[in-house]
Amino acid sequence: MVKTSHQQAFAHPTLLLWLIVGWAGFFLLPWYGVEDSIFTFTWMTEGYPTDDDVAPAFFHALGGRKIWLLPLVAFLIGPLFALRRDKSDPLHAKILIICGALGFGWLIAQGFSIGIRGWNFQWMASLFGPLEDRQFGMGTGAMLTASAFLFMLTQGIAGRGAVNGDIFVVGAIGFVVTIVAAFVFYPILNMLASAFVTQEKTYSVTVFFEKFTDRRLWGLGCFEGGRCGAAWNSLILAILVGFLTTALGLAFALVVTRTGFRFKKVLRALTVLPIITPPFVIGLAIILLFGLSGNVTRFVADFLDISATRWVYGMPGVLIAQILAFTPIAFLVLIGVVEGVSPSMEEAAQTLRADKWQTFKTVTLPLMRPGLANAFLLGFIESMADFGNPLVLGGNFDVLSTEIFFAIVGAQYDQGRAAVLAIVLLGFTLAAFWAQRFWLGKKSYTTMTGKGDSGVHPLLPNSLAWPVFVVAGIWTLFTITIYVMIVYGSFVELWGVRNTLTFKHYVTAFSMKLTDGGIHWTGSAWDSFWTTLQIAAIAAPLTAAVGLVTAYLLTRQNFAGKNAFEFGTMLSFAIPGTVIGVSYILAFNVPPIEITGTGIILVVSFIFRNMPVGVRAGIASMSQLDKSLDESSLTLGANSWQTFLNVILPLLKPAILAALVYSFVRAMTAISAVIFLVSAEYNMATSYIIGRVENNDYGLAIAYCTTLIVVMLLAVALLQLLVGRTNIGRRLNQSRTNV
Amino acid sequence: MLEPNSKAASVTFDGVTKLYGSAATGVRAVDNVSLNIEAGTLVTLLGPSGCGKTTTLRMIAGLEMPTDGIVRIGDQNVTKLPATDRDVSMVFQSYALFPHMSVLENVSYGLKFSGFNKSETAQRARAGLELVGLANYDTRLPSELSGGQQQRVAVARALVLEPQVLLFDEPLSNLDAKLRRQVREEIREIQQKLGLTVVYVTHDQEEALAVSDRIIVMNNAVIAQDGTPRDLFEAPANRFVADFIGEANILDCEISAAGEGMATVKLGGYQLDLPRRDNPDGKSLLGVRPNRIIIGKAGASNSLQGRILRSTYVGSHLELTISTDLGDLFATSDDVDAPYAPGNEVSVTFAESGPVLLNS
Repeated sequence: MVKTSHQQAFAHPTLLLWLIVGWAGFFLLPWYGVEDSIFTFTWMTEGYPTDDDVAPAFFHALGGRKIWLLPLVAFLIGPLFALRRDKSDPLHAKILIICGALGFGWLIAQGFSIGIRGWNFQWMASLFGPLEDRQFGMGTGAMLTASAFLFMLTQGIAGRGAVNGDIFVVGAIGFVVTIVAAFVFYPILNMLASAFVTQEKTYSVTVFFEKFTDRRLWGLGCFEGGRCGAAWNSLILAILVGFLTTALGLAFALVVTRTGFRFKKVLRALTVLPIITPPFVIGLAIILLFGLSGNVTRFVADFLDISATRWVYGMPGVLIAQILAFTPIAFLVLIGVVEGVSPSMEEAAQTLRADKWQTFKTVTLPLMRPGLANAFLLGFIESMADFGNPLVLGGNFDVLSTEIFFAIVGAQYDQGRAAVLAIVLLGFTLAAFWAQRFWLGKKSYTTMTGKGDSGVHPLLPNSLAWPVFVVAGIWTLFTITIYVMIVYGSFVELWGVRNTLTFKHYVTAFSMKLTDGGIHWTGSAWDSFWTTLQIAAIAAPLTAAVGLVTAYLLTRQNFAGKNAFEFGTMLSFAIPGTVIGVSYILAFNVPPIEITGTGIILVVSFIFRNMPVGVRAGIASMSQLDKSLDESSLTLGANSWQTFLNVILPLLKPAILAALVYSFVRAMTAISAVIFLVSAEYNMATSYIIGRVENNDYGLAIAYCTTLIVVMLLAVALLQLLVGRTNIGRRLNQSRTNV
Repeated sequence: MLEPNSKAASVTFDGVTKLYGSAATGVRAVDNVSLNIEAGTLVTLLGPSGCGKTTTLRMIAGLEMPTDGIVRIGDQNVTKLPATDRDVSMVFQSYALFPHMSVLENVSYGLKFSGFNKSETAQRARAGLELVGLANYDTRLPSELSGGQQQRVAVARALVLEPQVLLFDEPLSNLDAKLRRQVREEIREIQQKLGLTVVYVTHDQEEALAVSDRIIVMNNAVIAQDGTPRDLFEAPANRFVADFIGEANILDCEISAAGEGMATVKLGGYQLDLPRRDNPDGKSLLGVRPNRIIIGKAGASNSLQGRILRSTYVGSHLELTISTDLGDLFATSDDVDAPYAPGNEVSVTFAESGPVLLNS
């Protein structure tokens, strides 16, 4: 039990582990990126360890060629002297901080200074003289060594007593900060810098203001019958979507948790449908229903004997599509919160002579404020960043995200304008973020304490139950209609022209042949299908993990710069996929991080695009877990990693599921960033489908989408099964029969 | 059954300060506190809310780090050691039972991280449950237990680790009065049986007097007094302690020299000699417990003259309010048959060992 001195040699198992990792990275593994995956081990046979392409750093430096790698050896040997020292010895911390910081700093500095054409900066060439050698993107070896330096540094900082000397927490903070800096801040700053770049490649502020004050951005023409600026359009749309999705999400969460409604499971499944639908599919279905020759439009026009209009193109269509697409997100956030409100609070209110309606209004609703605020924020930001629906349904209704896309891929090719638009978009989302903080204030919303809570959630008051039922009912009906249209469309030979039913789209996409050698995937969609599944399956757990660890740090730990940390982790969410896509291409096309055209860049972009949802869901749930739970675990001898694993995670299963489902599904349905990042080798389903749409091959596109929806449904069910539920003994089942 | 704990260790604070926020504007929760808690004793931190007692406890646990000063457990300097690495366990006010684990899993939790194998873990956890009388509740969830039972699970969970120091943070505040008395006696019994070092935080002075070997009274982030329950009750160091622990009449008086370490105390017409307790000559304060006031016939020599204002019969004794020149005195009398009626003139003297001079 007592952790005393006889374990001296292994007193720092974590440090020892990272040292070994660091050495392996430097002395054993290929320093630069290799052609195939590192796990194929083909690099073993390609001249390892001396050939330049696969040599470990040590061999690069040994031949006297890449001598700038040599100093790293010193920083890898230094920590050996810290290994035998006690944690409370100030020298232990000092050695680790110095070696970690210098090693990490040197690694980064050399990476940015020396690229594929020698020196990256003119002044370096003039200072040190021309360089004959060059280097490529960092590989497995460099990555491991960098990680080792990073965690040495964080252990040193922990050793100095930061965050109560907690190695796991400081390490986690350091890790999240580093990856967010590398994959969010670096590419975005890189991109935003171009807002100030003139055509002559020099920097200028006037260029920025010229583009910022553009009428296409801020015009108010729509009040005089003309067109409004993209900034106003985006803002109004996002506020409407935020409010409406939150209200609808709440209605659904209440129906599922607080009413005697008998088909809750059906409703739950149904609300998940839109989230597993590639965004532009809803747009397409809405056109099939409400477009100029849509079924509904035709019917109404015939019935009232008026001529059909294109009313759906523009604000109304985008609004409907976005509400359909984003309500489930609000639902997923709110259901955890509605379930998390401690029943004893509501019971207390009822015993204080509040009736059901008063209880709901004065206790339940205020306790859900963090959830409501989070749901609104998500809806707002999603709407701001949505790209597919405005593209399909926007018509003359310009929004920022599509404007950015056209600024880059369109004939104008104006990187500066795209950057300026991105800054405006960022401004709006940050304002929403601060407004949310202001609204929540400093009140405590903790409702799940360490005491066993065995109460029963009261049912909704009737005056509220009926409107909620009606709203949920109408919306459900509408959703069903949309999906029937999608499925039906996939069997129609040619929509509106030849309405005969056929399987031909499925056959083209997904045919296979059984031969002696096994199964031949002859369909045209298989390639992108397998790639998508693989990328999504890799990205989802990573996203959930990073998101929840971040949420844990934000709710459970206090450290300097926490606000900046929170801002940083939420930032990637506020930036539309189009901007992420372009900035990734610009930033990661060249060393030191050279991953354009690989599957890694897709996985990375998904992690940082979708991580904020995991963070928000985690924060909303975690702020309802009393801190004494963690503290009692710590005083019982578990360290903070074990506490996280054994106490926090099991109580967070709804949040984990939300994060997993969301990131998996978004990885399969995302389009805006993906369209820039796919390559011949790694083509994703969505970009393949867009390609079909562009060729007017609607049948195949819709058939592919239908297949994706089915696959994702299965995946979501599987995840639900894997994650399971944690029994905390609330008398839920009894209550329903008693009341 | 669990064995007496041979690992029980002392706790020492050496000039410990805890500051929240910056040095200039921050709040000093604990201000330059030094204390020593001997191994195998139960020491209570007592004080009004906000006095720094919980912060002190959390610094022993390692849940807060001192801004300044040194914390030792046994011979080891643990000032910078986080909670995980300290051999200390704690019972929380809210119990902090893990709602998703059964009673047995809760009690086994700490053992799991202490290097015990599976069978030993289960065996020790069961022994702990047996000790608190919950042997048959192992498969229940915390939410299926009553408040008192949850409390006992929390105690068992902390006990089974045989920690060097066991901490209690207001453990009884969520229990009803009867249960409170019962559980506190159980805690005391277990502590003595196993020879544990226990640090106990409460704001209930009766609880503190009942369970403690020693009480450390805190006020405004510093120690007001540190002593045995009897010391505190019978010889409070200052006005705050006299007032906070039990009830006391605090009277203005005048003192002058009288022999080695003694002082003559003048209260109007009443004079008595008491230990000086470092008070200088001149104005001072005298504390007298209600049960140390002797009521006699009116007009007696060397006494205070007074008049009964109120007389309340509370079964075991009488509670009297007596108006004197020095103000109203609160007194109790065991003589429940005495005919004290409001308006009666009486004389008042103090029992020999009763009154004490206070440092204001």
